Amino acid sequence: MTTRGATAYDHGRMPRPAEQPDPGPSPVTGNAIRRIVLEQSKRANVGHIGSALSVADVVATLHGRVLHIPRHDDPERDRFVVSKGHAVLAVYAALALRGWLPAEQLDTYCGDGSSLGVHPEHVLPGIDFSTGSLGHGLSFGAGAALAARMQGSARRAFVLLSDAECNEGSVWEAAMFAAHHKLASLVAIIDLNGQQALGYTDDVLSLSPMADRWRAFGWDVHEVDGHDVDGLAETIAGLDTTSGPPHVLVARTVFGKGVSYMERQIKWHYSPMSDDEYRRALAEIEEQERSACGAHSSAR
Amino acid sequence: MRGAFVRTLTEIAAEDARVLLLTGDLGYMALEPFSERFPDRFLNVGVAEQNMVGTATGLAEGGFIPFVYSIVTFATLRPYEFIRNGPVWHGLPVRIVGVGGGFEYGQQGMSHHGLEDMGVMRVQPGITVIAPADHRQMASALRATWDLPGPVYYRIGKDDRTEVPGLDGRFALGRAEVVRSGDDVALVTSGSVAVEATAAADALAARGVRATVLVVASVQPAPSEDLVTALRRVPLVLTVEAHYLNGGLGSLVAETIAEHGLGCRLVRRGVRSGPDGMSGSQRWFHEAHGLSAAALEDAVLDALARR
Repeated sequence: MTTRGATAYDHGRMPRPAEQPDPGPSPVTGNAIRRIVLEQSKRANVGHIGSALSVADVVATLHGRVLHIPRHDDPERDRFVVSKGHAVLAVYAALALRGWLPAEQLDTYCGDGSSLGVHPEHVLPGIDFSTGSLGHGLSFGAGAALAARMQGSARRAFVLLSDAECNEGSVWEAAMFAAHHKLASLVAIIDLNGQQALGYTDDVLSLSPMADRWRAFGWDVHEVDGHDVDGLAETIAGLDTTSGPPHVLVARTVFGKGVSYMERQIKWHYSPMSDDEYRRALAEIEEQERSACGAHSSAR
Repeated sequence: MRGAFVRTLTEIAAEDARVLLLTGDLGYMALEPFSERFPDRFLNVGVAEQNMVGTATGLAEGGFIPFVYSIVTFATLRPYEFIRNGPVWHGLPVRIVGVGGGFEYGQQGMSHHGLEDMGVMRVQPGITVIAPADHRQMASALRATWDLPGPVYYRIGKDDRTEVPGLDGRFALGRAEVVRSGDDVALVTSGSVAVEATAAADALAARGVRATVLVVASVQPAPSEDLVTALRRVPLVLTVEAHYLNGGLGSLVAETIAEHGLGCRLVRRGVRSGPDGMSGSQRWFHEAHGLSAAALEDAVLDALARR
């Protein structure tokens, strides 16, 4: 398993970390994230479920295989900006699965006096930047990447954006800036699920073809399946994050992925689940976990 | 002030490698002392102020102290939400530098007039708001605040020659500077219009009216103790600012009077009316809005006569 893109250490000025014994498969999987997303959304009776399910595999890839985070406060850690902050429950789930967020704290999600709100707060270890208002994160990430370059560091900055977030003009200010300054250590991932709060992106304010737009802005563009963890990890491992243009993965995803009645349905941007909907959703995810487990066993 | 800012920042940058200067494509014939000495720490980000503040947020999180520079309105209003959600929310040492407070860009028109920046910036918690009155105070204010842990907004002027008589470049965070003393009236002022207030005080002195003049460069944290001390001694206070009447220095003084139960009467002088399609010099605008020394003198005499 690739845990880190080789190029950053091979070409950067950052020392390669000591070889660690293979810890085995990461506990951070898309389905494990989905299960927590459902559990916590139901417990707190809140929405944004479809968005969190949409990015579950991207987050699993980053936290399971890509991000280099020796400690939450290590200045040399990779940065991860959840620019589509409304999907951060998937990240809380990943932090919990990594053992960095205690279960009792995870259970404060959306509670009074909790730092686990619907949108991320940087006071929470594992959250580098607070977000929630779309269109901020790519600039934060560009600054983080520029800071790394000026300090001679090989650390990288990953920014998770939604496709509709690209409605915001500030995204394109940052896109121009990052390309002009060849911020190679900046990796944007666009959750291209084709939906936004009130409709389908092609009906509201079309950004198609998304990949061509980023190419026109001078980015290194990769069109990928946003639910293929192996493919995502392989693509990221192949990026040159030491020189050249910034990178964007235009990740095709299914809104509500994994819960059949939520998939591609506008309703699940905001709606919480009824008891029955929760039972059905959880049953589907559990079935997928069993199939994935079976496939894993037979592969052995 | 702009020259003093760049000169002082360049000196500071020589002492501390964390200091960076970003501009939104402004500062021709102004920023060169920095950009020529530290080309690797100077960045023209283009005409994109939201990204400038967002990028500065990322740079500050990585350990830098980025100064972002533009005209007041473009430095504060265009990227306002980025300032709020970036350096303010994260408590990061980004420095917003707005040049041309009030009517310094008079003929450039309404788009370039900095008339609400103090109001919108000082409502944000944790941000220091500095509005020096002349170039010497600019230099000492920058020296005193450049390495504060949180964000700072500097409202600066273009004039590097005029000095506020008696100020002598003094600045202290959370303090007001007394440049004239008298018990009949207090004039409380901020920014480059302060010279009008001191001139008014001198004219009043010739008429036997003794005026205190307080220069407030540390708008946030507000110099509450100094204001209370000065305002307890006078029956009348006149605030003087090149800023809309609401939200700025006059509002700050009104809050101070009310919260401390002071008995003085308050007259606020600032920009009362909205855009009317007229253009002109800074002096013309000051006269039009009753901010010239003569108009301020009349305002004090009129208020004293009504007591």
